[in-house]
Amino acid sequence: MRQGLVRALGGVAVLAVIAGSAACNSTKDTNSSSSGGKNCGYELAYFGALTGSSANLGVNIEQGAALAVEQYNTKNGKNCIVLKTFDSQGSEQVAPGVARQLVADTKIIGIIGPPFSGESQAADPTFDQAGIPMITPSATRPSLSTSNWKTFHRAVANDNAQGPAAANYIKSVLKAQKVFVADDQSAYGSGLANIVKSTLGPLVVGSDHTQGDGQQTDFSPTVTKIVSSGATAFFYGGYYQNAGLLRKQLTAQGWKGVEVAGDGVNDPGFSKAAGNAAAAGSIVTCPCAPASQAKGSFVADYKARWNQDAGTYSDVAFDAANFFLQGISAGNTTTTKLNNYINTNSYTGIANTYKFTSTGELDPSLLKVWAFKFQPDGTVAPDQEAPKS
Amino acid sequence: MNFSGLIHDFGPLTVTGLAQGAIYALFALGYTLVYGVLRLINFAHSEVFIMGTFACLITWGFFGLDQNSAQPSVGGAIGYLLLGLAVAAVVSGLTALLVELVAYRPLRRRNAPPLAFLITAIGASTVISETIGVLTHHNPRGVPPMISTKPVVHFGNTDITGLQILMVVLALALMVLLEWFVGRTRLGRGIRAVAQSPDGAALMGVNKNRVISLVFLLGGLMAGVAAVMYVLKIGDTRYDQGFTLGIQAFTAAVLGGIGNLRGALVGGFLLGLVGNYGSGLFGTAWHDAVGFVILVVILMFRPTGLLGEALGKARA
Repeated sequence: MRQGLVRALGGVAVLAVIAGSAACNSTKDTNSSSSGGKNCGYELAYFGALTGSSANLGVNIEQGAALAVEQYNTKNGKNCIVLKTFDSQGSEQVAPGVARQLVADTKIIGIIGPPFSGESQAADPTFDQAGIPMITPSATRPSLSTSNWKTFHRAVANDNAQGPAAANYIKSVLKAQKVFVADDQSAYGSGLANIVKSTLGPLVVGSDHTQGDGQQTDFSPTVTKIVSSGATAFFYGGYYQNAGLLRKQLTAQGWKGVEVAGDGVNDPGFSKAAGNAAAAGSIVTCPCAPASQAKGSFVADYKARWNQDAGTYSDVAFDAANFFLQGISAGNTTTTKLNNYINTNSYTGIANTYKFTSTGELDPSLLKVWAFKFQPDGTVAPDQEAPKS
Repeated sequence: MNFSGLIHDFGPLTVTGLAQGAIYALFALGYTLVYGVLRLINFAHSEVFIMGTFACLITWGFFGLDQNSAQPSVGGAIGYLLLGLAVAAVVSGLTALLVELVAYRPLRRRNAPPLAFLITAIGASTVISETIGVLTHHNPRGVPPMISTKPVVHFGNTDITGLQILMVVLALALMVLLEWFVGRTRLGRGIRAVAQSPDGAALMGVNKNRVISLVFLLGGLMAGVAAVMYVLKIGDTRYDQGFTLGIQAFTAAVLGGIGNLRGALVGGFLLGLVGNYGSGLFGTAWHDAVGFVILVVILMFRPTGLLGEALGKARA
């Protein structure tokens, strides 16, 4: 998933740098004067892709946050809080310039975003320097929380949480007694595979390393090992292309077990490589919950407002915005106060309860990882939340 | 090192290694034929191969077949296979001819140094690969089910599928056919003559350019057949999948003795087997490394490869 993204971003990068200098700061509100109620007249910002190849996820998040602000304003007066949007195009190259425009607006006291890890790496130092608290609803690269940014918060589990979740799913839901584990030797893939191996312990009957995406297409040695190991479940740490070919070649060799993988495989390319029939039943984990599972009237409200179903991470963005709004409502109207507020308080929203550790990660007891299952038509549907043990 | 694993899986590793080796062998013939005649490494041959994979899949696509379609009946499958083989071979053959005409012939006419051929070869390879990439949006293309995956032979823990048998038999048959063509026909004699002495052959009235075109065409045809085997075995194709496989096939050609037709076959099968055994022993991550270690070791003792260079030295 990430590799495809990077490739797509690389393509637009040159164009984006040129366009980025002319920049793209737009606000949805035409009337920016506040209605003058209590703690009104402040701004929040959405920072992330609204255009470009990866805009879908960004729009999910922006619409979730916008819904929260609109609902707040209905109660507290028109334009009490304004949500400004900053289009990073999801690009590491464009993000820093747009980030500088954001921090130049001193009314902004909280940021929802950035959605992607790459642009986070590029833009978050600017936000941190300006002291503006940020809550990302979707950037999952683990190193983001260890960069000593004082204002970084992550409202979802990071990639490291997927390993134990996948292992627990294999153990408790699939109830597999023999598991084969392989990875593509990438930082992402081998990291996941090692956690799965150590969590499953003696259930692992064999392991192997393949070569990276695009470097290997014939997986017959790995397939041979899996088949002859008698494993009924196979975890692959890697990306969708290899995972899909492995699944197809395993099926061709008559293996009937279940393939499990991380979110790098959650891509239509998996069922394309494997074919829908072979792909069906395969499990991918995601450090996210399906938005359709959100509590309260969110799902209906979102549909009514945007005329489309709530997408991945819209629910988390809704919660992140509300966490900020709750802080502002309590009188935390400077960046420092608001940052302290979300660092020291917890907030129960429609998707989860949020309480941040000192590094800005969610408290470990609150991490949610869901298992998604490939369906016979090649799409992915939520299966269940991965068990915690 | 996992000796018990290697011994336990020896049968399946051998079978899948031979099947992969058949692809290497047919692919390697293109390198070997061109090298034997022109002393040129045709780096664009990997894209000649990839054109074959797409030609085959697009042809099947015309009949509504994709990775999600049901398995056709036996008669239908044979029809589709023959059609796929024919189209892939023709498209790959024509691509090889085109590369020869555009990238190599103009240089030959001006007596360009070998370095110029090397860079136009790499250039042609990149142009074709990237063009396919843009046209396919860099997406992989799935393969419809054609041959039943049920094993037809079964002993111990070794299953052999119809496809695996077909691949090995087809590679051997084409090899014999090609040997006969080069060794026994008039056109083949022309090839051998040009390989031995291009100028001498020209003096004797052999049309050198026609022979060279023929050699590219033959290599392309073989690559087309290899392409169909490849998609059936691997399960998809993508614009950039030719590169790594091309390196493997080139290795196979050198291993067996580049310029030697039988050498390509021996090298291909050997590389397929060695890669699989190495994967069993050290892990699949070492698949390619093991192949190259064997290559270096063999070249140390037999610098011209296992069977030596022979195309030009064959009986006249």
